[in-house]
Amino acid sequence: MTAQILVVDDEPAIRRLVRGAVERFGLTVAEAANAAEALTLAKREGCELVLLDLGLPDRDGIELVPLIKAMDRAIIVLTARDATAEKVTALDLGADDYVVKPFDTEELLARIRAAIRHRMPDSTTSGKICAGPVTIDVLGHRVQKLKQEIRLTRKEFAVFVELARYPGRVVTHAHLLRNVWGEAHIADIEYLRVAVRGLRLKIEDDPANPILIQNEPGVGYRLNEGF
Amino acid sequence: MNSTDPSRPSPEALLKQARKEARGRLKIFLGASPGVGKTFEMLREGAELLAQGKDVVVGIVETHGRADTEKLVAPFEVLPRLVIEHGVHKLAELDLDAMVARKPQVALVDEFAHSNASGSRHPKRWQDIEELRDAGIDVLTTLNIQHVESLNDVVAGFTRVRVRETVPDAIVDDAEIEVVDVPPDELIERLKDGKVYVPHEATRALGHFFSKSNLSALRELALRRAAQTVDQQMLDHVRLVGDAGNWAAGERIIVAVGDQPGSEALIRATKRLADAMHATWTAVTVETPRSATLSEEARARVAKALKLAAEMGASLATIPAASVIEGLRAQIIEAKATAVVIGKSRRSWLFELRHGSVVDQLVRGLEGVAVHVMPTPQGSVATNDGARGGRPFNWSGTTIGLSMVAATTGGAVAVASWIGPNSVDLLYLIPVIATATLFGLRPALVASVSAALAYNFFFLPPIYTFTISNPQNAVTFLVLTGVAIVASQLAGRLRREANIGARTATENAGIAAFGQRLAGVSDEETTAAIVCEEVASLLNVSTILLTRKERDLRVITAVPSEPALGALDMAAAEWAFDRNEMAGRDTGTLTASDWQFHPLVTSLGVLAVLGVGHSASGNPVAPEKRTLFATLLGQAALAHERIKLEAQARDFGALKQRDDLRATLLSSIGHDLKTPLTAVVAAADALADANGENETTQTLRAEARRLRRVFDDLVEMTRIEADALVVRHDILDLTDAVAAATIDLKAELAGHKLILDVPPALPLVEADPRMLHHILINLIGNAAKFAPLNTPLTIQGRRAHDGLTLAIIDNGPGLPPGNEAQLFDRFIRVEGDDMTGGTGLGLAIVKGFADAMGLCVSACNRADDRGSRFEIFWPESSLRLTSEDTAEK
Repeated sequence: MTAQILVVDDEPAIRRLVRGAVERFGLTVAEAANAAEALTLAKREGCELVLLDLGLPDRDGIELVPLIKAMDRAIIVLTARDATAEKVTALDLGADDYVVKPFDTEELLARIRAAIRHRMPDSTTSGKICAGPVTIDVLGHRVQKLKQEIRLTRKEFAVFVELARYPGRVVTHAHLLRNVWGEAHIADIEYLRVAVRGLRLKIEDDPANPILIQNEPGVGYRLNEGF
Repeated sequence: MNSTDPSRPSPEALLKQARKEARGRLKIFLGASPGVGKTFEMLREGAELLAQGKDVVVGIVETHGRADTEKLVAPFEVLPRLVIEHGVHKLAELDLDAMVARKPQVALVDEFAHSNASGSRHPKRWQDIEELRDAGIDVLTTLNIQHVESLNDVVAGFTRVRVRETVPDAIVDDAEIEVVDVPPDELIERLKDGKVYVPHEATRALGHFFSKSNLSALRELALRRAAQTVDQQMLDHVRLVGDAGNWAAGERIIVAVGDQPGSEALIRATKRLADAMHATWTAVTVETPRSATLSEEARARVAKALKLAAEMGASLATIPAASVIEGLRAQIIEAKATAVVIGKSRRSWLFELRHGSVVDQLVRGLEGVAVHVMPTPQGSVATNDGARGGRPFNWSGTTIGLSMVAATTGGAVAVASWIGPNSVDLLYLIPVIATATLFGLRPALVASVSAALAYNFFFLPPIYTFTISNPQNAVTFLVLTGVAIVASQLAGRLRREANIGARTATENAGIAAFGQRLAGVSDEETTAAIVCEEVASLLNVSTILLTRKERDLRVITAVPSEPALGALDMAAAEWAFDRNEMAGRDTGTLTASDWQFHPLVTSLGVLAVLGVGHSASGNPVAPEKRTLFATLLGQAALAHERIKLEAQARDFGALKQRDDLRATLLSSIGHDLKTPLTAVVAAADALADANGENETTQTLRAEARRLRRVFDDLVEMTRIEADALVVRHDILDLTDAVAAATIDLKAELAGHKLILDVPPALPLVEADPRMLHHILINLIGNAAKFAPLNTPLTIQGRRAHDGLTLAIIDNGPGLPPGNEAQLFDRFIRVEGDDMTGGTGLGLAIVKGFADAMGLCVSACNRADDRGSRFEIFWPESSLRLTSEDTAEK
């Protein structure tokens, strides 16, 4: 059986440690040390997700993102913390998520879990989505928190659904603005801030200390599904 | 102005008032004629001021040796005059520099319209007085009515005495005016008694000038002018106070300035009209295709007229249009003019029939606009027709023409028997046409007359007499004359056109070569050398180029070789450089300099001054070369600008290269350092997974985290120092920002009582998300580091009246008192920091980022309790007030 997860990094120590963690989690792992190897291995049957370090010796990792995406594989990018623009570019090109180096193993595994789950048959457009204590009835246009009806505005609901379609994964500002307000408002981040603020007031236990909707500074929002 | 709130003072009025308050005030004692006692009144007022304890100094008072006046001057401090040697004469002028240095409160300077001796800084005394006022000195002065620019024509009209010394109206309008008035009879009496000083030159005109009718008219003018100035000042005051009242509503006058002589009279008339109507006025020239063919004189005339208009307070406009009428009409509509003033030249009715009069066509096209038509003189101004009468008689051409006629006669005599005498007349056309073509009309006329005479004498019966027996021969005579006239006219026009063509061609070639040479060089010295050489050769002048090095103006190059510049020349050059206007010979400033200096003006300011000189007197640049000179100056300025910009680009390029290198280095270090860190953390996780969480794995992880933050700080500090921060202006929700930071700091905050007090109703703020995140990480991390466990750590957002503050408040040991400001300097660490570790870079980065985003950060100890308080402040301008509806669009 071919490996489900492909770890692409030029540092053998990282590959070995990541492989250990992922295998303990119950998934099979293959390793690639450069871009060429990565492209070959990613093509193989059964590969579901590529953990991609952007600093590769033979090619810029960013260039690999669309190529791997074309093979219908999930991608998690490994980046430096200050590289906001790099993260956004990778996500725009089709990466599913990113993890900042140095990362906690727990965090990495949570991201992998979220990314793979999204590859399962999509239930979001039809049925109901659960996020912690909150349930979204997409078709019925209703939101409940602990069986209590919550009234959301049109845009708040749309943002919430969009986040819930990718539970646990970062959704970029541009993606949210495009899908909720339309292409013309892609730069109007104020709209998004105001909608998210309203959403938090209604669904968070403590709106000043949000748990459900997490902010990724300069990148986007993430619906936390870790509970 | 009327459309806005009428009760509010207009900004122009306030500005005018402010300017007035800063400058020295001017008071003019205005008289109708000499002898009314202006100087006397000025001295009396000065004495009053002196008695009030003011510091009053006499600059110039002309006593004309009269004892009673001298007695009046006695109580004042009199500034010694500046003696200027002028040939055999010694002229005593106002010592402007000494007066400015002495800086009294009030200066008395007689004779406002006086012309200074050449060699003075300004040609006119009123300019000296302007400078005194600029220096904050109040000035009292005297003026006769005929010296007021706009009244110059009027006075000359009835007195037939034209004065050259005039003062611009704008200056007079700006002053307080006191009319010194004496009834004409009394003045004539005084004159007879010899109590009036009359300058030598004027004695001739005296009898006429001091007639009773003249004096009455002058007196009326003076009173009217004073009343009008008072009116103007009243208007200013009304506008300032904001009571618009019923002052005349927006009359706007347009005066059309053409190339005909007489425009100046037109402008003076318009000025009077505008004053009477309290109107604003604009002098308009229409740039038609014909304008390109105007002579240098006509152009100079237009320029002079426009300059005069500007001096009298008009605004100027140049309208490009296909015809004068079209342009004028467009401007009248555009400016919503209420009246138009045009001159009507006394052209022949034939000319008007063919070309149509501008006036008639204009009148037909406009409704609701008053058209004032003024007759303008035709070539009556002496400066106008130098070109025609001035050309000397061409003796050599005439001689050659006569020789040709003689030769033809000789030839004709030889062949007459052969071709018959009747065809000989045609032969005479040859010398006549030749002379006309080569030498112009007058030699040709001489030739034609002599040819006719020779023909008559040698060939027409009775031969060898000048008698004409046959009327046919009279016709021959006339034809020869006619041919001479027509041929010389045609040839003359061709020659003129060829001349202009040739001149334009040489000039264009010169300009092109100049541009080409300049384009090839890339250093300042070579550019300067080329400019000097080319301008010198094209204009036949000597040139010198100076620029400012450090503080002084230095000569870069000169053609021919470096001449010695006197102090006066240097002063003129400095003036041109600093004031961005030409100075020196034949300009308005420091005219005694041998050189005329022109600033090379560019978008980067004045980069150099070019001096031109010539051995002959007057303007070093010949009139027909001035357009060329202007073009050359423009090109020279452009070349200097290009060189300067190139140098800047080179510097910038080098800087950028260095920054790029640094960025590459940083990112490669980033990769090299973060990879092992990742391995360390992953190894710790693996260890914990295998053996369970213990102290070793926790320490490993904590140290790795700390190392990562130190490294991030180092990279950011390098960016701040290199000025390489690129700020993104995003709109953020502080709740979001704080939450993201506390999630990142989860491990560090464990065990602290975190209180998040950022109300959701706060406005959104403008910030760079990454920088703000880093700031929060550093500030909150710091607080977590110093504050004891289980004490509250509060993050508090509050709306202030002028912005928004985000405070991080801890219960730690607080800051050592007295050096809160130093806290944000690099490598300053709080005492006791050794235990918890850190580079001391954290707060410096906070400061660096905050500065880059335009935010304020501050730190202080808490007033109530032990602990410190760090604050970030967003000014009102960086807040975004939104409502819930914002998102629902």
